[in-house]
Amino acid sequence: MGAGRGRGEGRVHGVTRVTYREAIRGALRDALRSDQRVFLMGEDVGRYGGAFAVSRGLLEEFGPERVRDTPLSESAFVGAGIGAALGGMRPIVEVMTVNFSLLALDQIVNHAAALRYMSGGQLSVPLVVRMATGAGRQLAAQHSHSLENWYAHIPGIKVLAPATVTDGRAMLLAALRDPDPVFLFEHATLYPLEGDLDEAAPLDLRRAAVRREGRDVSLVTYGGSLPKALAAAEQLTAHGIAAEVVDLRVLRPLDMASVLASVAKTHRVIVIDEAWRTGSLAAEVSAQIMEGAFYELDRPVARVCSAEVPMPYARHLEEAVLPQVDTIVATARALVGGHG
Amino acid sequence: MHREHAHRLLREMLRIRRFEEKAAELYTLGKIRGFLHLYIGEEAVAVGAMQALEPEDAVVATYREHGHALARGIPAGALMAELFGKASGCSRGHGGSMHFFDTSRRFYGGYAIVAGGLPIATGLALAETMQGRRGVVACFFGDGAVDEGEFAESLNLAALWRLPVVFVCENNLYAMGTALARHQAQTDIRLKAEAFGMPADAVDGMDVLAVEAAMRRAVEAVRRDGGPRFLEARTYRFRAHSMADPELYRTKAEVEEWKRRDPVAAFTARLRAAALLADAELAALTAAVEADLEAAVAFAEAAPWEPVEDVAKDVYTA
Repeated sequence: MGAGRGRGEGRVHGVTRVTYREAIRGALRDALRSDQRVFLMGEDVGRYGGAFAVSRGLLEEFGPERVRDTPLSESAFVGAGIGAALGGMRPIVEVMTVNFSLLALDQIVNHAAALRYMSGGQLSVPLVVRMATGAGRQLAAQHSHSLENWYAHIPGIKVLAPATVTDGRAMLLAALRDPDPVFLFEHATLYPLEGDLDEAAPLDLRRAAVRREGRDVSLVTYGGSLPKALAAAEQLTAHGIAAEVVDLRVLRPLDMASVLASVAKTHRVIVIDEAWRTGSLAAEVSAQIMEGAFYELDRPVARVCSAEVPMPYARHLEEAVLPQVDTIVATARALVGGHG
Repeated sequence: MHREHAHRLLREMLRIRRFEEKAAELYTLGKIRGFLHLYIGEEAVAVGAMQALEPEDAVVATYREHGHALARGIPAGALMAELFGKASGCSRGHGGSMHFFDTSRRFYGGYAIVAGGLPIATGLALAETMQGRRGVVACFFGDGAVDEGEFAESLNLAALWRLPVVFVCENNLYAMGTALARHQAQTDIRLKAEAFGMPADAVDGMDVLAVEAAMRRAVEAVRRDGGPRFLEARTYRFRAHSMADPELYRTKAEVEEWKRRDPVAAFTARLRAAALLADAELAALTAAVEADLEAAVAFAEAAPWEPVEDVAKDVYTA
């Protein structure tokens, strides 16, 4: 069932039940319908329907000019997106996975991110790049990593991690309105998950979101780790711990004000990040908490990250490497219980 | 050959020659810092090629782009001020020698990653096509760019989607200090374009008229038939790669041999032999170029610096 049919069914007060994949597809369709400058290009986005089936049906509706299958040339088609944006279009480039995006790093870091500044403010690059990220599907060491932190390091681009169906739609539409390059990281395990889609949600690219209120510990996370943090928070209630879950949403620029407000409330923090711990976004968030809320902390900031190995294939090994609900629960219990 | 047009070509080449000589002089005086890559010896390529372009066309160039910027009509003062790092520079002092931009003339840089401009030129051409405009994108790069994956990826994409680009390879025989035969298994660069089904031509890059004619053929073919064209201009860099290069990789004799084909001297001699350039005309032309250059330097000297408080402006538009 396509998102177009899916939406409208079971609608209650403007909220519908769809998958994350359908929410993004619906946003793509609406953007293609409403703005002739918008087009989608990437590997297998057309006839194949997208490696993750996000763009299925769009070629039939919009034709091969606006839903463009590309050669396996990440650098050329990301760079062509930059050029097309400079030329007045609003390209949406789909890169199949974050691991493949490394083949386009030159265009992203040396070009897209630098052009406005390097040209003395003459150019804007209204480019949107979407890609799948993350592990959990036994795809081993060349399809599974979480490298969004590398992108969040780069001034000149914005980095988003929509973790809910509403954000899957709203953040893509907001990205298209933005005059600068915006990168969306879609965690691959989120695509089939269902959630409530609020089509009236504000198109906000600035604020983190408190997904669950609590007073005892803040679980700060983003992307594919959000469902795990929410599950952990639910389990923690059985132990008498009320966890607050903060979804960063925007990885660059970080909304630290929201994080610090949560810290001031709970005084204990766990940052959950599927990337490797060393040099991670969790490290950055942790450092900024130290800088901005040191005296609010009852305990040192804790981190739950992936083990520092290339992702293994075997299921039990992959599960052992990744942040898991049990680990988050245990870390939270130690953090809260250990406080005299 | 029309007298006026011939004079225009000579004046444009002289403007570049003198701009570059002055830039080298100002570099030794410390007015200009960073990398400075001079175009001396290659003037006929940019000047000849630019004659074929209209204002609606777009230009993408490399880090050795002073000549292209001048030939495209960006005021020399804005370029010199950029070399000085001044706020009145064409990139407000954010780019320097390697990153000239002027959107009002559709001059899209100024790229110091070898072959990095090719995907962007391809995308600019895609925008022309998708919006039903007739602009052509002229994409300049050197023989070193041929080594890069972005070269192959971009030529393939432009050919596959039949995009209006003229890829102009300025083959000056050296990728920085590595001779063509030492970095390419196949040194006939045209063949690489033809492998993507792209019509390709080669031209004597020391002959401004030949370059102009070849570029006109290429641009007209793109406008008429769609799809990209490839033009290899065989040229030579008389100066070092940059100001820091001791030139250990080539002989003085080789450089002297090429200097005998100096595009400015050769064209001047040709015009005089054809009685198209009187002594007084040459003197007037030279004087005008000098006056323009002195004005550009004075403009750069007098130009203000960008306030440090503004250093973080323009990382983002909004």
